[in-house]
Amino acid sequence: MSAIIFLIIIGIIVAAGFLAAFIWAVRSGQYDDDYSPSVRMLFDNKTKVGEEQTKEKQNNNIDNQ
Amino acid sequence: MNQNACIHCGADCGNSPVVWNEKMFCCHGCKAVYEILHEKELGQYYEIQPMSGIRIETPQQLKKFEFLDNPEIAAKLPDFMDGNATRVTFFIPTIHCASCIWLLEHLNTLHPGISFSDVNFPKKEVHISFKNDQITLRQLAELLAAIHYVPEITLDRLEPGKKPKIDRSLLIRIGIASFSFLNIMMYSFPEYLPGGDLLEQEFKHIFGWLSFLLILPVVFYSASDYYLSAWKGLRHKIISIDLPISLGIIALFLQSSWEVFNGNGIGYMDSLAGLIFFLLIGKWYQGKTYQALSFERDYKSYFPVAVTQIIVGKETITPIKDLRKGDRILIRNQELIPADARIIKGKGNIDYSFVTGEALPVPKSEGDFIYAGGRQIGSSFELIVEKEVEQSYLTRLWDQKSTKDEASSLRNHVNNISHYFTIVILIIAFTSFFYWLGEGISVAVYVFSSVLIIACPCALALTVPFTFGSTMRVFGRRGFYLKKTDVVEQLYRTDTIVFDKTGTITINREVDVEFYGELITSEEKSMIRSLVRHSSHPLSKTVYDHLNLFDTSEPQTFEEIPGMGITGSIHGIRLNIGSRQFVAGTSDHSEIKESRVYVSFNNELKGYFAIGNAYRKGLQEVMTQLGGRYDLHLISGDNEAEREKLAVIFGKDATLLFNQSPADKKEYIQKLKKQGKKVLMVGDGLNDAGALLESDTGVTIADDVFSFSPACDAIMTSSRFEIIDRFIAFTRSSFHVIRVSFLISLIYNVIGLSFAVAALLSPLVAAILMPASSISVVAFATLSINLIAKYKLPVSER
Repeated sequence: MSAIIFLIIIGIIVAAGFLAAFIWAVRSGQYDDDYSPSVRMLFDNKTKVGEEQTKEKQNNNIDNQ
Repeated sequence: MNQNACIHCGADCGNSPVVWNEKMFCCHGCKAVYEILHEKELGQYYEIQPMSGIRIETPQQLKKFEFLDNPEIAAKLPDFMDGNATRVTFFIPTIHCASCIWLLEHLNTLHPGISFSDVNFPKKEVHISFKNDQITLRQLAELLAAIHYVPEITLDRLEPGKKPKIDRSLLIRIGIASFSFLNIMMYSFPEYLPGGDLLEQEFKHIFGWLSFLLILPVVFYSASDYYLSAWKGLRHKIISIDLPISLGIIALFLQSSWEVFNGNGIGYMDSLAGLIFFLLIGKWYQGKTYQALSFERDYKSYFPVAVTQIIVGKETITPIKDLRKGDRILIRNQELIPADARIIKGKGNIDYSFVTGEALPVPKSEGDFIYAGGRQIGSSFELIVEKEVEQSYLTRLWDQKSTKDEASSLRNHVNNISHYFTIVILIIAFTSFFYWLGEGISVAVYVFSSVLIIACPCALALTVPFTFGSTMRVFGRRGFYLKKTDVVEQLYRTDTIVFDKTGTITINREVDVEFYGELITSEEKSMIRSLVRHSSHPLSKTVYDHLNLFDTSEPQTFEEIPGMGITGSIHGIRLNIGSRQFVAGTSDHSEIKESRVYVSFNNELKGYFAIGNAYRKGLQEVMTQLGGRYDLHLISGDNEAEREKLAVIFGKDATLLFNQSPADKKEYIQKLKKQGKKVLMVGDGLNDAGALLESDTGVTIADDVFSFSPACDAIMTSSRFEIIDRFIAFTRSSFHVIRVSFLISLIYNVIGLSFAVAALLSPLVAAILMPASSISVVAFATLSINLIAKYKLPVSER
């Protein structure tokens, strides 16, 4: 009996937490653009900066030798 | 894949590609972008989506973004500024694929002054944060232009409050409704199971009160729009569909609350929450918008932000709104004339294709008056402003507000039905109330509310959003974008179609050239081409393009006589090309209204090139299809040169009007509407703006739907014009679907009502019937629309 009431309270709190998260997500504009993020996550992170660093490392290695 | 395709934009490179680094390019512009990206090692751009680059036909003007140096403008454009950091939003209509997103989000690799950039794809916008001391706003715009992502900065972007706040409340309403719906369902479930009545009384109380608390935000917040809308309808003396819905919601709420207060269980709380949840989903489905398309544009989204003004011989940048009568302005190649003005120095060659759809630029000389809205092609020239921007002729016409009122949008098909529906339901409710009164007042009230509950036209209310919403999506996938779902019904009601001519049924910037006269040899043709190549007159360019199969050689002599024609000699033969007066010495008949270019070889008249409008593909079939069912009208600003040709195409019953000013067009639509006609106006240019607003449905034909189009109800990609008849016919199929869906929901209603009047409506029956009817109607509507579209509306070619 009290176990069920306890569970119900927990259930509502968890659901309300998700509701709050949803409202926050909508308010912060996460649902305004439903295309770009889906593409963005597929991009590889090989930017020039990254490559420069690896090049520098290679150069350093050569210098060291 | 085309072996000859440009590595940047995918266009055919032709016979003489530009080669760099063993890669082929169609033009130097594409090569330049490739070089920049190659240098910065942004080659991944071409890997994400091959040949995704943007080709630019006309080279960008160096000073195009000069106005961004003006401190007043530079202060207004950014979204926010804080010391050295600035954040700005650019609208870039050419954003079209994943590669675009990738490149625009790696702008910081191109310039160290850019700290961060992100793209909103549906809106085709890029937000850029940058450091003021390393890059200026102008340099930033020029950087984007250099990689062919030319930002569009127009007057309306500077207006305060023009950055609209997106209304996200519907999503929140849905979120809250679904939260309550799912939780309440959990509490209701035990009652539906066998032995549910054995549930301990204490649980019934707790579940009841929990449900009551959970339903409050749903009834008072999520569903509030329905009460408002029902009330709005009543004020206009219209019983809209939202009225029986509101009645149903209120009856459900009161009845269920009554049961909770009396400790009898939780009533119909689950059905109530579910009902509102489904209704909101319908609203959301219906509310699909094309964010990057704007249907509300006025001249401000077309006009530039600033113009070059000449003050005491010095060029300064002046914001357009500060332009006064008598100011002297300089207009360069490809720039827009912002106000009605008179030429005082130089020559104009004005491209009015955006205004009227005119294919050829109009030559103007000193002293001529020019209306605002044209674009200069050629060298720069100076003008004196005669009227302020807001007072200019076309500006005033574009700026008019639509006369369509709130009430007329409520007078639609569904609301007509719901009018009778509501009356019938109220009669049934009261009759059964009095019938059961003998058994006691509580039973009678129970039956009364049961009738209102079960009759709540939830399925009926879902039919329209889902049918029209699907229709709108199906149209959108085929290049016809509707502003909102109501436009489907407006298209269906249409009985009169008015077409604009230039740019609507003819192709923008394209002409039909035909040679009349003696047969001329290909050598002679190539000689003509060699000569017209040296002339900057628009007709010369047209003839040059028309003869594109022939080689050119260098003429020995060449002279252009302004207003007359050109003369020159090649291989010892003297050619005269131009007006009849110039070539043959006699003047043209005054009836001839088309443009003609006469040609003579050694003073012997050979014939002329007749330059007429090029009509859209499939025009004849479209008109034949539409002619049988609709009253067709053509209303053109042009002269009557092509009346006979058009009379054949439009059929004998059509009304053809020529020499109509923009104001005439608007009045003509008003006249038709006064006769009780439901008018569909199909236009393209800004000179149709007034008529498009005035008509019941205004459809704009656009080559590029993301660039400027006048305010309208729907935008159609110009290549889809050939199936415009099918789109309109499809709205009839949509209505068939709606009628069948109504029938389905009516059957559910009759079943439900028979329970209700017999005082047998239990929460269980409601909980089964209401979602079942909603879901079956929604499924039927969406599936059948998509199925019919598959057979009736081709996705690409006819």
